[in-house]
Amino acid sequence: MSTSISRSEHNSEHNSEHNYVLGEQDRKLILATQSGLPLVADPWGALGEELGLPADEVLSRFQRMQDAGVIRRVAAVPDHYRLGYRFNGMTVWDVRDDAITDMGRQVGELPFVSHCYRRPRHLPYWNFNLFAMVHGTDRGEVQDKASQIQALLGDTCRGHTILYSSAILKKTGLRLRKS
Amino acid sequence: MSAMAERQPELSTTPEFTDAERAVINRLQAGLPLVHSPFAAVAGELDMTEQALLDILQDLLNRRILTRFGPMFHAGEMGGALTLAAMRIPEQDFETVTRTVNDFDEVAHNYRREHELNMWFVLATETPGDIARVIAKIESATGYPVYNMPKEEEFHVHLYLPV
Repeated sequence: MSTSISRSEHNSEHNSEHNYVLGEQDRKLILATQSGLPLVADPWGALGEELGLPADEVLSRFQRMQDAGVIRRVAAVPDHYRLGYRFNGMTVWDVRDDAITDMGRQVGELPFVSHCYRRPRHLPYWNFNLFAMVHGTDRGEVQDKASQIQALLGDTCRGHTILYSSAILKKTGLRLRKS
Repeated sequence: MSAMAERQPELSTTPEFTDAERAVINRLQAGLPLVHSPFAAVAGELDMTEQALLDILQDLLNRRILTRFGPMFHAGEMGGALTLAAMRIPEQDFETVTRTVNDFDEVAHNYRREHELNMWFVLATETPGDIARVIAKIESATGYPVYNMPKEEEFHVHLYLPV
């Protein structure tokens, strides 16, 4: 437990080094677009008109926020079920602590892994410290992908399981609250 | 047997997309270029008109094939905090607890998963200290413990589901 606490403190310190401080205009842009970008030929101009900013400034603020990592990208977010990816498997692995960073990077590089993180164990209920999300059109596809991860982890891994999602209970995405 | 027969057609239904829809879904998951007239730039790559691209995109959103088109934020980099949390909820309380948990604005996604820990949600708050406070509120509102599983290292994040 103490390891995980100091690790996450380290992590947030690490983040703050790179933190881009959101300006008032950035916050307005985030609030104006968190449910979606205007679907018009000139979305930056449309946002600028709404917020009283020149289109060039809207665009350059988006560029800066993306460069700083505040915005990962401006993109389409699919509903996996409606794309035919009905099976979303959170594969979780109990990987030796001395191997986790190296193995996590290798698992994260597999093309079919969409998200890959190290997370804390909660013994005795939960002894898995590596999470890798994979998607498939059926369970077999998810299992095949999990087998490839298992082969890669080899004897650094003491056990694993796959948690399939059976319902989306809520999906609103990350939102900045109006304050 | 009859239950199986009823489920079969549903399972075998694969969504049918036109070539143009397929191209738009795949290309726009990768991100819009941050340039003037960005849709015209993408339409050029895909060999379609800007208006056709915008129409297809709007239609995919209306049909909820896409849940959103816009900036994907990184809560940690926004100065906020993000965590994954899990709960073990007995079946008879599952619906009630779902409503209680979903009522929290800080709950961004919530999935039911097939495991003893059967509820998994992402919490996003504006400050790191808020995570512990929201978890404590959820525990007292539901009467069940919340297992906090913040990321300790991020190895990869990029959802791409080609069709």
